[in-house]
Amino acid sequence: MIQLQSVEKSFNGLKAVHPLTLTINKGEIHGIIGTSGAGKSTLIRLMNLLERPDSGDVIVNERELTSLKETELRKARQNIGMIFQQFQLVQNRTVGQNVEMPLELMNVQKDKRRKRVEECLQFVGLLDKIHAYPAQLSGGQKQRVAIARALANNPPVLLCDEPTSALDPSTTSEILQVLKNVNETFGSTIVIVTHEMHVVKSICNRVSIMKGGHLLETLSIEPLGVESNEDHYIEDLRLIAKVDE
Amino acid sequence: MDKIMEYQPEIWLSIGQTFIMVGISVLAAVLIGLPLGTYLYLSRKGNLYENRMRFALLDTVVNIVRSFPFLLLVVFLIPFTRWIVGSAIGTMAATVPLSIISIAYYARLVEQSLLDVPKSIIEAAISMGASPTQIIFKFLYREARSGLVFGLTTATVSFISYSTVMGIVGGGGVGDFAIRYGYQRFETGLMTYTILLMVILVQIIQMTGTTIAKKLDKRS
Repeated sequence: MIQLQSVEKSFNGLKAVHPLTLTINKGEIHGIIGTSGAGKSTLIRLMNLLERPDSGDVIVNERELTSLKETELRKARQNIGMIFQQFQLVQNRTVGQNVEMPLELMNVQKDKRRKRVEECLQFVGLLDKIHAYPAQLSGGQKQRVAIARALANNPPVLLCDEPTSALDPSTTSEILQVLKNVNETFGSTIVIVTHEMHVVKSICNRVSIMKGGHLLETLSIEPLGVESNEDHYIEDLRLIAKVDE
Repeated sequence: MDKIMEYQPEIWLSIGQTFIMVGISVLAAVLIGLPLGTYLYLSRKGNLYENRMRFALLDTVVNIVRSFPFLLLVVFLIPFTRWIVGSAIGTMAATVPLSIISIAYYARLVEQSLLDVPKSIIEAAISMGASPTQIIFKFLYREARSGLVFGLTTATVSFISYSTVMGIVGGGGVGDFAIRYGYQRFETGLMTYTILLMVILVQIIQMTGTTIAKKLDKRS
């Protein structure tokens, strides 16, 4: 679904991501974990070309993004949803208008837009907030609106950059549950960048560990579920050891 | 009181002239100052249309216009004014230097308001596949809208103040009336009356602007 082929990226001569190759399979929830400065945020931003790699190819939905022209790239991005740590909702638009945004950008018809907005808000359980402004919502609610917005045009891929890092533990579980539902209901491929082990343990099928701009390892794991506090299997301990090293 | 009644036609004429001068300046500010300020913002380092040369050029021009003593700007622009409206004297002629200063002034305020919009929202826009035009209208202006209105209000009040000296090129207006009839003819009552008119006008504009700006701001 997503292929990064020997991509690398530097900022002002400093290597944020050393050349690495990573394949993310269709339908999986893929965690990317590491401490801050490990290059994980840069890595996910390479996947929709928010950062352009210095070299290497990025292929998403069978399209080589790195070779696309600006207008084609915009179209391709409409099929890659993204959510952020700080939600990035348009504060001067209502919840409904925020969710409507991606459809508006694609010039979808007004009545179709309205219907889709309601579906998406229903899905994240915030239909009653459709006329509220983001400032009136809690952090968890804002992130759910952001998820609804990302889902609006049915993207097969959802990128999540530290989606729960601004949230408290119980809200974190709530958001993770929504992401899991998205994955199960729509079969979306989800990539989650996080520094929280809990996130990886509860919903990820595979996890990539990053450190100092290198991809240390990619492991398959069995997600324990959102409510689980267990810590029982070996991979898990290996993971923690690697990240904390 | 008698004097005020006696000069009623002149007062109305001068109010009309002020409205023309300020109205055209506000129009120029919106039609040219807004895009100019937007481009200043966009061409800044690290922004969508980063262009060091063009930014430096526009930035300097805006600074020069704004740092000109206003009366000298009026004089300096006489040939240009003559070329645009065919005459260097009269209310229409007065609108030219006023519009120039208003464009520069509002452009700066627009740039400021846009700089207050978190850059991360632009990133979200790009990730959604928004085009540059969509980013500007649906994200930037949307988030900056109360600042843009507030800035235009501040600017309008300044334009009124600038317009009061346009008597030197025969622009007329309330300020000119106050000086010629009130000050130079020693009609203190008349002068006070016109000043009062100006104060009320500015109050109304400021209150309207502030109310609209507040209404538009849903950020907190």
